Amino acid sequence: MAKHEYAFYPGCSSQKGASASNYLTSVEAMCKTLDVKITEIPDWNCCGASIGYAEAGELPRHVMNARNFALSEKNLPGKEIVATCAACWLGARETRERLSHSDTLMNDTREALKEAGLTINEMPNIRHMVEVLIEDIGFDEMKKHVVRPLEGVKIAGYVGCQTNRPFGVDGESFENPQYLDKMVEMVGAQSIPEYEQKVTCCGGALAFSEPEKAQAQIKDIVESAYDHGAEMIVTPCPLCQANVEVYQGQINKRYGTKFDIPVMYYSQLMVVAYGGSAKDAALNGQVIKARRLEEIAAKPVLSRAEGPAKR
Amino acid sequence: MSANTALAEKYRNNFLKEIEEQVEMGDWVKMCMQCGVCSGSCPTNFQSAWEHPPQELFMMIRAGKREEVLTSTSMWNCTSCYNCIVRCPRKLPITHIMHGIAEYAHRIGMAPKMQATRFFSGLFWKNATKTGRVNELKLSMGLYFKDGFAQGVKNGMAMQSVALGLVKAGRLNVMELFGGHKCKDQKGIQAMLKKAYEIERNRKAAKMAG
Amino acid sequence: MADIKVAAYICKGCGLGDRLDTDALVKIAQKDGKVPLAKSHDFLCNADGVAMIKNDIASEGVTHIMIGACSRRAKTEAFYFPENAVARANLREGVIWIRPDTDEARETTQEMAEDYIRMGCGEVKAMTAPGGNPNTGGSKTMLVVGGGVTGMTTAIEASKTGYPVVLVEKTGALGGWAAKLYKRVPVHEPFKSPADTGVGELVSQVLGDSNIKVYLNATIAKTDGAPGRFVVDVATESGATHTEDIGAIVQATGFTLYDMNKLPELGGGKSPNVVDQAGLEALATAAAAGDGVIRRPSDGQPVKSVVFVQCAGQRDTTGQHLSYCSGYCCNASIKQAMYFKDANPSVDTTIIYTDLRTPGNGEDFYRSAQEKGVIFTKGKVAEVVLNGATSTVKFHDLILDDSNAAVVDVDLVVLATGQVANSGINIDAPAAAAEEAGAEPKVEVKPISILNLTYRQGPDVPQLKQGFTDSHFICFPYETRRTGIYTAGPVRRPMDIAQAREDATGAALKAIQALENAELGRAAHPRSGDLSFPKVRLEGCTQCKRCTVECPFGAIDEDEKRFPVFNESRCRRCGTCMGACPVRVISFENYSVNTVGAQIKAVDIPDEFSEKPRILILACENDAYPALDMAGMSRNEYSAFVRIIPIRCLGSVNTIWITDALNAGYDGVMMMGCKSGDEYQCHFVKGSELGRVRLSKIDDTLKTLNLEKERVRDLEVAITDIERVPEMINKYAAELVAVGPSPFKGF
Repeated sequence: MAKHEYAFYPGCSSQKGASASNYLTSVEAMCKTLDVKITEIPDWNCCGASIGYAEAGELPRHVMNARNFALSEKNLPGKEIVATCAACWLGARETRERLSHSDTLMNDTREALKEAGLTINEMPNIRHMVEVLIEDIGFDEMKKHVVRPLEGVKIAGYVGCQTNRPFGVDGESFENPQYLDKMVEMVGAQSIPEYEQKVTCCGGALAFSEPEKAQAQIKDIVESAYDHGAEMIVTPCPLCQANVEVYQGQINKRYGTKFDIPVMYYSQLMVVAYGGSAKDAALNGQVIKARRLEEIAAKPVLSRAEGPAKR
Repeated sequence: MSANTALAEKYRNNFLKEIEEQVEMGDWVKMCMQCGVCSGSCPTNFQSAWEHPPQELFMMIRAGKREEVLTSTSMWNCTSCYNCIVRCPRKLPITHIMHGIAEYAHRIGMAPKMQATRFFSGLFWKNATKTGRVNELKLSMGLYFKDGFAQGVKNGMAMQSVALGLVKAGRLNVMELFGGHKCKDQKGIQAMLKKAYEIERNRKAAKMAG
Repeated sequence: MADIKVAAYICKGCGLGDRLDTDALVKIAQKDGKVPLAKSHDFLCNADGVAMIKNDIASEGVTHIMIGACSRRAKTEAFYFPENAVARANLREGVIWIRPDTDEARETTQEMAEDYIRMGCGEVKAMTAPGGNPNTGGSKTMLVVGGGVTGMTTAIEASKTGYPVVLVEKTGALGGWAAKLYKRVPVHEPFKSPADTGVGELVSQVLGDSNIKVYLNATIAKTDGAPGRFVVDVATESGATHTEDIGAIVQATGFTLYDMNKLPELGGGKSPNVVDQAGLEALATAAAAGDGVIRRPSDGQPVKSVVFVQCAGQRDTTGQHLSYCSGYCCNASIKQAMYFKDANPSVDTTIIYTDLRTPGNGEDFYRSAQEKGVIFTKGKVAEVVLNGATSTVKFHDLILDDSNAAVVDVDLVVLATGQVANSGINIDAPAAAAEEAGAEPKVEVKPISILNLTYRQGPDVPQLKQGFTDSHFICFPYETRRTGIYTAGPVRRPMDIAQAREDATGAALKAIQALENAELGRAAHPRSGDLSFPKVRLEGCTQCKRCTVECPFGAIDEDEKRFPVFNESRCRRCGTCMGACPVRVISFENYSVNTVGAQIKAVDIPDEFSEKPRILILACENDAYPALDMAGMSRNEYSAFVRIIPIRCLGSVNTIWITDALNAGYDGVMMMGCKSGDEYQCHFVKGSELGRVRLSKIDDTLKTLNLEKERVRDLEVAITDIERVPEMINKYAAELVAVGPSPFKGF
């Protein structure tokens, strides 16, 4: 039996061929090393995301999330739900809070769920993957598996919004969360704790609907990473990753900049540091290629005698 | 409504009561203490389009400026970054109130017609709830073609390099146009949502009736 | 004068022995200080050191003690010799801690220490041990003027502490303003709703206390005497006068609401439907007695819409109305809005404010009002337009920046007008009135004196410019400028009930201290316990009246021949009279023109070729001297060329000291005193200001001596200037180098 087991809520963007499919690939490899078993909730559905608000209303939005809770309870009883996507985690957690605090909302939700033949008896805990890493695995344990430290790589930890607000990771401040910097250090790279754009919004869904507004914000995020000497940016959020990475070309056109900085998931850094291949880390999924990581991933791992023992 | 009645409505509590009854988290509006931290924390407030930052919207609600509030594009500029929520000293769920006001304006047909985010928001929800999962390609295409076919092609061309990059990286699948990801129990989802809408509609109507 | 025997003790502890040549210091005390008995000790403040001194007092007949150790502000308990004259040379904070421990610095540091020993020896010989004020009174009765919440609380607190109280109330009932309130702002959790005033209980507590004697319909006809021996005539309605012996007085005469008739643009006085906060309390009380519905005064219709106008006639910048914020009115309007909302949530209640200020737990109360649906609108009301029974409140919405905003169909407008102190006659008014002679005459009711003091300086306690009674706001809030007389409650500053009760308790305790100190012949703060008091050599007095006019505490009266009459118990021992006296006939046993003069003269002045200038610093003992000590504690270095003498107050500085110093060849003089003026920080209130007025004339003296004006520097120093004061010294020392050495050296 694996050391840690969870009901897994991958979310729409993590599906095959979707915008965060590389995230999923690297998370799977990372979990394997850490002996974490994640079992996908059967037939899970979209969380509604915050941008669905015009049509979603209140109850329909919560019902969508509640359906996932019910499915998890039915198929994976007693397991905490883990999401990798910031929006999925936030949406589910918000539904959990609201339903827990309002009997009316809870009863209405149960009534609607009945139509799909489902019900909720217990509220599940909703965790983000970084919470699992920090709280359940711990930095010490995560570090033990590092066999190919990302030495000399300077990485800006871009936390973004939705893993940070309004819930955030326990013990972290909203204004200056530190966990991503610690993870960067943990994989042997150099963090930039003073990176002041670490919680700036990437524009979220406005990147689609009003690109010029979102790109103005993305420009600040990327520019500051360059100013601090970063070679790459790391983030825990699929929308942050996509927004900050894929619009750099357009921003260059709009502002005359020469941005070309890779934007990675923490899981990709960990997989490379854990000795995984470029494929395990889904480095081929980068629109802006992370050459430096590819080079490291091509290097042999430290011999077992030098490096920490692998279980 | 005559000009006189309109004036009489001003700085009375009628519109505030309407917001409290019809808008998600609307009963928090009265708790704003007008410090302006939300406005100073909003990432889009520093761009030209924010006509009325949250603090101002709340004051307008109290001042009875119904038309101006509900037809405003301001709420639609929310990026859901939740910065206002965590900084509000009065703990107002400002992000949710912004979404709520926008939703209400949309619901009663007062929201600005072709506002891009309003359009995208509706599109997203329909896209997500149709099959239970988001189809990113259809979502993007839907947005590009919102202003008609010609504009859609133009928008698509502008985004071509972005899309091509994603396709190359294996993160955008052109086959998504034909089918794509979906939930198995789509029927259950539709029934469940239908019921949810029905319950919500009834509750709001009951509130309106007092 | 009895024979004196002086002894000098040099401490070697705290590093003094390592940094200084203490043997040389002992020799200096003997040779230059002319002290017959001089010793050093490894650790003078320990039991052995103190025993050594005590033994010398007992067996050697030592009467005068010079201790060369730490600052006079340190080790005061160890070095407590009440029967002896004691001087302290500050070798630790004043020398070794402000000098670098280097070879180059050693010589000048030692010279500094040697001068302080010479100064201490000079000072102590000019002193006698203070014997205490013989002219005391022992009345333990407290007079409380005013029977409102503040006065009643003072009376109860004093009585509970065991002191009899005489309470004088001008109206026919106890209770004051609070008795007119329907409810009060809550002071207990959860701070959500208006609470009972509690006045009834206070009244019955006062009336049921046999230790409290209450005069109703009574005023103070005359207050004579001094702390511990006040004689007060209480005039009653019948015309009879009762004389009471009083130890200390608390004046709790409260406030009057600012007159809303002065605000016609806000509808004040123009419609019964525009009321002030007191008016609304009356309406609420009447409603509570009836069906609970607050009604429009003009026609008795239920109020459906009410607007509260904050800062009505307050925080005014035009000079027409009150310039200040009364502090309590936001909470009061919130409370009054709840009167409506609690009875009927459908009443529209709007509070229009510019800055909502809710002290205490008002923030919770404010939030509760928002929950109840009270609407808060940030705006400035321009006009209240009356249309029959309703009004339109026009205002500038400050959030939406809409200058045409308005609330219409308002049934009732409440103006939050603020508090005006009932502080009696402004004794400084004649001067002020003369200044305004050309201005339009104001229709003011002439205030009637409250205390009718027989003091030379006037019948009531001095006021601040807004009419509130003067007090040292930061350090001694209840103190007035009349010793043994304390003010509490809104007469002192605008406040609410909770603050007034706290004030009352504080003032009661201060008054108790004052009457106890008075009986023992000791000073009240800030020289608490000081037994010295001003002595005057009347045969030298020229009846110039400077002392009687300048005393910040009105302690000095005049007899029929216009000689000063010192009321020692009223004196705070600041020495302003001593500084003022042109013929130098006023002195204290342990502080006089001579004690300071002797120190100035004792300093060894090197010749002009030595490149060792000498700067005299006269430093106020309340702020500047502690700041200098703390600079030492922080090891902030300053010039070794300064010689510092603590003074009681800048007001005590007699210009002869400066002239003497310059004549003796000092290169410069720095005066360090507290901030003066409206924002004064002087512990003696007016002392530093009076001192500065005197110093402003020093330029003439400098001209006579043919000296540059840079040679005397007047500086404001606060107790927090720990970093700044060494910088000031070093800067001045550098400036003096440019001016060049004093031409008086070597004469």
